[in-house]
Amino acid sequence: MNPLHIYGIFLRNIILIRRSVGRIFGLFFFSTFELFLWGFMTLWLRDLAGKDPRVDFVFLLLTGLIFWHLFIRAQQSFSISFLEDVWSRNIMNFFATPVTRKEFIAGLALISIVQGFLSFFYITLLATVFYALNIWTLGFYVVPFFVNIFVFGWALGLIAIGLLLRFGPAFEILAFFIPMVFLPFSAVYYPVSVLPDGIQQIAFFLPTMHLFEGMRAIFAQETFPLVHALWATGLNIVYFICGLGFFAWMIRVARKKGLIARLLQD
Amino acid sequence: MCQHGILYTITLQCVDRQLSVPVLLRVKNLTKTYGKFTAVDHISFEVKEGEVLGLLGPNGAGKSTTIHMLLSLLEPTEGTIEIFGKNLATDREEILQNMNFATSYSMLPHNLTPLENLKVSALLYGVKSWKEKANSLLEEFNLGAFKNARTGSLSSGEQMRLVLAKAFLNNPKLLLLDEPTSSLDPAVARDLRQKIFYKMEENGGTIMWTSHNMREIEAMCDRVIFLAHGKIVANDTPENLKKAFQENDLEEIFIAIAQQPLSSL
Repeated sequence: MNPLHIYGIFLRNIILIRRSVGRIFGLFFFSTFELFLWGFMTLWLRDLAGKDPRVDFVFLLLTGLIFWHLFIRAQQSFSISFLEDVWSRNIMNFFATPVTRKEFIAGLALISIVQGFLSFFYITLLATVFYALNIWTLGFYVVPFFVNIFVFGWALGLIAIGLLLRFGPAFEILAFFIPMVFLPFSAVYYPVSVLPDGIQQIAFFLPTMHLFEGMRAIFAQETFPLVHALWATGLNIVYFICGLGFFAWMIRVARKKGLIARLLQD
Repeated sequence: MCQHGILYTITLQCVDRQLSVPVLLRVKNLTKTYGKFTAVDHISFEVKEGEVLGLLGPNGAGKSTTIHMLLSLLEPTEGTIEIFGKNLATDREEILQNMNFATSYSMLPHNLTPLENLKVSALLYGVKSWKEKANSLLEEFNLGAFKNARTGSLSSGEQMRLVLAKAFLNNPKLLLLDEPTSSLDPAVARDLRQKIFYKMEENGGTIMWTSHNMREIEAMCDRVIFLAHGKIVANDTPENLKKAFQENDLEEIFIAIAQQPLSSL
């Protein structure tokens, strides 16, 4: 074996990692994410063990998982549809068409809805067949749940696309994993009360936290969690407007700095 | 458009005819700077309806930057671009609806078939009869046999033909071509030049063409603009330029301009 050959392969990858914020982020993110998620989960299970026999863990965890996957699909379909044009080096062709920003966002939202629901109904069917899960016990709450899950996904998708435009494919990891950042703080698999006080205050500003807390409230009390639904909707309106503004700003920056053509070279 | 394109003969009658036709593209004082670097330096020019304008210059002269500004991919630092009598900064969508472009640097997605690619592009340009248009262009550009193959499996010549077919989807009044034949062998390049020429004759459109192939520019263009260090250093018919520079062909003029230091411009 020639050590120079091995060093050549090693060096090539080190250079790539050093130049890519996304890769450096990936190095540390997943271990931190897993630590928080399963740490909070374990705390909740330890506190509940033997205290409340009415709690149906399977039902709660699976419902959380199904809706969380809908959120991931909503966000990823939105961002990855844009990345497809970057990967296929079609971005210049696309931006030179008369398509407006609104049309672009509407097109991505549409594909996100189609893919999101396809995935949602598939996984719901599987959960019904294998675990007798009836997600429709959420009743009318599914409507604000669906709307808010998609809108928050799009808001994050717009930010991910904006960052991709500004910083190039080095940030493409965001298109895939941005929702993961919010998972430990969204109270998907455990109640928000499990989180430390400071983190609970941050979690309060996540629409997903309100949605999943609302879901648990329905299962526990069978009443419509209006306050959670309103908070989620209000926060989403703010985030979606911010996402639109950020995206428009990044488009302007990209046009000013010649970043659209540069996406072909990265 | 003048008929001399394929025949390699240039007549000044074409230019005389241009004097009476309306201006399609008007660029005034166009400038693009990146920090202290000036990529395009206060250039002004006009292109008349039906004209084929060649944009020449050495690497880094500002050709692609100019084309990108005309396509609204890049925001000028200074200056205005008027196309079809409208300001590109304010009427972007309306202008782009009637323009198109092709470059050898940006192919169509490899994971779609040529037919799918043209259908999608036709929709993005708002072409109502998109299915028919896509099919007819594939036949015109001799891609009918491959229309259901993966675009990535086509040769570079076939892919470039597809990019050009895309450029004619909306019957553009103004077509921007950025080195459309740079990666092609001479036979395929000539075939494509003929295709472009006949299509534009059919549409009555205007072309702005960048290339490093001087023979191609001489054959296709009514007028040539030479850029160097972001500035226009010559703007005339190929015949007049040869007289002015006392050279036998555009290639010699190109080399002379490329070797000029910045201070002499």
